[in-house]
Amino acid sequence: MSHSTYVGIKTLMRREINRIIRIWTQTLLPPAITMTLYFIIFGNLIGSRIGEMDGFDYMSFIVPGLVMMAVITSSYGNMVSSFFGAKFAKHIEELLISPMPNWAILVGYVGGCLFRGISVGIIVIAISWFFTEIQIHNIWIVISTVVLTSIVFSLAGFINAAFAKKFDDIAIIPTFILTPLTYLGGVFYSISLLPEFWQGVSKINPVLYMVNTFRYGFLGVSDINIYAAYGLILTFVAILGGFSLLILHKGWGLRS
Amino acid sequence: MGTFSTEINSFMSYAIEVNNLVKTYDDGTQALKGIDLKVDAGQIFALLGPNGAGKSTLIGIVSSLVNKTSGTVTVFGKDLDKDRQAVKSMIGLVPQEFNFNTFETPFNIVCNQAGFYGIPKKIAEQRTEKYLKQLQLWDKKDTVSRGLSGGMKRRLMIARAMVNEPKLLILDEPTAGVDIEIRRSMWLFLEDIANTGTTIILTTHYLEEAEQLCKNIAIIDHGEIVRNTTIKELIKTLDIETFIFDLDKTPADSLLKELGATLKDDASIELSIARSECLNSVIKILDESGYRVTSMRNKANRLEELFVAMTGDKGALS
Repeated sequence: MSHSTYVGIKTLMRREINRIIRIWTQTLLPPAITMTLYFIIFGNLIGSRIGEMDGFDYMSFIVPGLVMMAVITSSYGNMVSSFFGAKFAKHIEELLISPMPNWAILVGYVGGCLFRGISVGIIVIAISWFFTEIQIHNIWIVISTVVLTSIVFSLAGFINAAFAKKFDDIAIIPTFILTPLTYLGGVFYSISLLPEFWQGVSKINPVLYMVNTFRYGFLGVSDINIYAAYGLILTFVAILGGFSLLILHKGWGLRS
Repeated sequence: MGTFSTEINSFMSYAIEVNNLVKTYDDGTQALKGIDLKVDAGQIFALLGPNGAGKSTLIGIVSSLVNKTSGTVTVFGKDLDKDRQAVKSMIGLVPQEFNFNTFETPFNIVCNQAGFYGIPKKIAEQRTEKYLKQLQLWDKKDTVSRGLSGGMKRRLMIARAMVNEPKLLILDEPTAGVDIEIRRSMWLFLEDIANTGTTIILTTHYLEEAEQLCKNIAIIDHGEIVRNTTIKELIKTLDIETFIFDLDKTPADSLLKELGATLKDDASIELSIARSECLNSVIKILDESGYRVTSMRNKANRLEELFVAMTGDKGALS
């Protein structure tokens, strides 16, 4: 990587991070409030009547799932709002006319999403300390899963934003695809509770693999094979990353 | 060896060389129909055309904002297809529409753009200060840019385009919507930039602007270059010149009919006269009819007349 490309990436990441911090009431505060409500209602009030899940009290079980849910929605939301906003207001042209390589533009934007995703993850974990004791089974699995998952959903958000023509187009995917996948991805329950058929159906949901791998990092239990989960997540990174670069190269949705 | 050297020198003397450039949009609109254009390095070059003529498409292709359908574009000898990053690094663009983040400050907008061009932060900050000061925006450096006036926003885009100190500066109607004082200060700024060796391509409505700044001019119409010459040669081709005479009283219809003039307002008439004719006959008729000419002037936008003559288009210039 040339020095000028490094400077370009650093500049773009700094701009994105400054934006996230500048509008922290829209980027960092909402997930903190939402997740606090989840902890109070599902963890404390309802969870205490549910009992154990996979050998852990319900609150401990849902903490990793809720953290991952916040990371997924924040990473995706950051990319679609920032990139589509830049496209809509035309200041994406600042980057398109610059000599920054396409991959560097993508890295800069994904870096901003990682910052927001991980910041939100840390905030949610900090809040969860008020409700339960956090244990960590394998810190490297926790870190690698959250980083890779944030990258996957940043890239998915990029593709959505690139093809979006109006603000409605960036709301449809989160509402009709992302939210159902997340809620049915084992955030609130173990799929071992489901009949065999629905367990099979659940296994085609990629979010299940991310949530379970992340939960394994905390609790050491998982509904799925950890290695298969890593393979799947990395495959998603490669496919979505490759397609995002193709979008930038061809200019689909960006250049007429 | 000598021939090779001559070829290289000839090749390198063009800031832009466009060959058989075609752009057809997805809806079938052919914006550029195989245009050829060469712009010498180190000059200020004007590009004119009506709305939809293809000017912005041409500028968009050169600055990598529009994909071409076919043809070649080279900038200072670098082929856009083969060496896009090198071409981009030599260009600064001031588009017609505001295209910066209105929630950012001018300082951050300009400084970030420098970063996107790979300029280290310290130098980027120095250059940002230099160009914001030159464009009289330094006192607004920390103001959120949506609060700037139209003229300030346009100057901000010029500062942003200059921060990578481009060899080729492209401006799409840089002085549209700015007052006369600022327009003249921007002309001086552009002349200073050109004097440092930067090639400037601009689109404009104003003859005064083109005459003041540019030596050469090209007119695009319906996706084709209809004229590419020096501005002096172009103005010479004007067969008819339009004058406005201010009179001491409202002229009678019979006078207007006799002169073939139209009434501009209560006591002003507009009259087109062939260059081969002299004005004495007009003055004589006015005098004999009992009118005093209190003042007389050329109609301001001769370039528009010229353009209409060139293209047969009655639409306004864009």
